[in-house]
Amino acid sequence: MKYFQTFLRYKYLLLNLINRDIKVKYRRSVLGILWSVLNPLLMMAVIATVFSHIFKFQIENFHLYYLTGAVIYNFISEATSTSMMSVFSSAALIKKVYIPKYIFPLEKCLFAFVNLLFSLVAVAIVMLISGVRFTFTALLFPVPIIYALIFSIGMSLILSALTVFFRDIVHIYGVFLTAWMYATPIIYPMEAVSERIQTVMKLNPMYYYVQYFRDVVLYNTVPGIRWNLICLAFSFSMLIIGVLVFKAKQDKFVLYM
Amino acid sequence: MSNAVEISGVSMRFNMAKEKVDSIKEYLIKFFTHKLFFDEFMALNDINLTIEAGEVFGLIGLNGCGKSTLLKIISGIYKPSTGSVKVTGTIAPLIELGAGFDMDLTARENIYLNGSVLGYSKEYIDNKFDEIVDFTELHQFIDVPMKNFSSGMVARVGFAIATVTKPDILIVDEILSVGDFLFQEKCEKRISDLMSGGTTVIIVSHSIDQIKRLCDRVAWIEKGKIKMIGETEEVCNLYTQTSN
Ligand SMILES: Nc1ncnc2c1ncn2[C@@H]1O[C@H](COP(=O)(O)OP(=O)(O)OP(=O)(O)O)[C@@H](O)[C@H]1O
Ligand SMILES: [Mg+2]
Repeated sequence: MKYFQTFLRYKYLLLNLINRDIKVKYRRSVLGILWSVLNPLLMMAVIATVFSHIFKFQIENFHLYYLTGAVIYNFISEATSTSMMSVFSSAALIKKVYIPKYIFPLEKCLFAFVNLLFSLVAVAIVMLISGVRFTFTALLFPVPIIYALIFSIGMSLILSALTVFFRDIVHIYGVFLTAWMYATPIIYPMEAVSERIQTVMKLNPMYYYVQYFRDVVLYNTVPGIRWNLICLAFSFSMLIIGVLVFKAKQDKFVLYM
Repeated sequence: MSNAVEISGVSMRFNMAKEKVDSIKEYLIKFFTHKLFFDEFMALNDINLTIEAGEVFGLIGLNGCGKSTLLKIISGIYKPSTGSVKVTGTIAPLIELGAGFDMDLTARENIYLNGSVLGYSKEYIDNKFDEIVDFTELHQFIDVPMKNFSSGMVARVGFAIATVTKPDILIVDEILSVGDFLFQEKCEKRISDLMSGGTTVIIVSHSIDQIKRLCDRVAWIEKGKIKMIGETEEVCNLYTQTSN
């Protein structure tokens, strides 16, 4: 209850910080918004051209297959990697006034969420061009995104807390993100790897969010209860671990900044 | 009389930054070569202090003795390494004015930004906006980026935002020395107004005159410990005698 009141009190600060990030990214350049729609489209064009020639396997609607995966991956990757530095780089503020420190990673996750909304425009454009039907199922697209958001917030809380103590995690995480991308079926289909590897790959939460998003947007399928429970379990365990780690460490932050 | 602030057994230990271990690599190297120890520094050592509601309380002491650290612990910016602090009521900390000011933004935008940093809502700032601007007397500069302000002008804006609330406890760290003498008088008047309204005030100042003029009681801190607590005159006189 007390925590909730504090959160409400700083809601306007949260909005202000998000607003400022949006201003910096989108309003300062006319191309800002256009660019954030174009960027995923261009990336998609490059990847699709390259890989459709290299790979033996055929994926129906490869452009959209890739884009739907990439959009989810980019969201989690952007949210967590921008959050990482957020607490540490707010040192000046944290040492001057009392602010609930989780505001900073939370803000970065929500800003990444805003950016994701623009990439969804790119998804819609590709759906139009490639003639995929817009169905009512596709309206479920916010569900996997919300799962991914909760997951990202949990992970960001952990990463931003650890970064205060160990600055070099930033570099390690950069490498990890690249590995994570290749470990998730974004460019290739799951069936392209052996059964054994598939079992390992199914431990990857990102796989479930990506697949969920594809199911509703691309395949007109509603994932079952089991799939939803797996997503919920991943998201909320990460959030709970994140809250616990952050809470245990936050009083020590000022000593290391 | 109820207590506004109860500080019991508070100590604050900082890591000295001689050789900061801030990466996994260094940590592992130090760990395996058995060199992992932190130089610790006690900025505050077993502080016990009770401040009554409605009281004007002064903290004096030489540079680096721990006054600002104590104020930050009371305001919740730092958590003490040991001991506990019990605060009753809302706090307006005037410790570092203008936290979060973005000098590229105008004074108007910064009032909203800094206000939100202090936990004000948008409606609240909307309502108090004119009052804040009136206090700064900077009407014609309100839409000018703050990088073009003098340091005194920046301080005016910061002070005006921080004191627009009616807090139960006001914490003031040396900020009365900013601004020209007219503005200093105005700040002191604002603080006296709050005091007469029943607000508890905790002041740090190097101006003994100011402390004598405002405070009911004073604590003298030396090297992180309380050297003396008592009536203003008594403590101040002993402090000036021994420090000279
Ligand atoms: N974040 C920090 N990390 C390490 N040491 C710190 C930190 N903050 C304060 N200190 C140390 O704690 C001691 C007390 O500092 P503090 O700012 O409380 O002094 P002060 O009494 O306010 O001095 P002044 O009169 O100069 O304002 C100083 O020796 C300072 O170096
Ligand atoms: Mg000080």
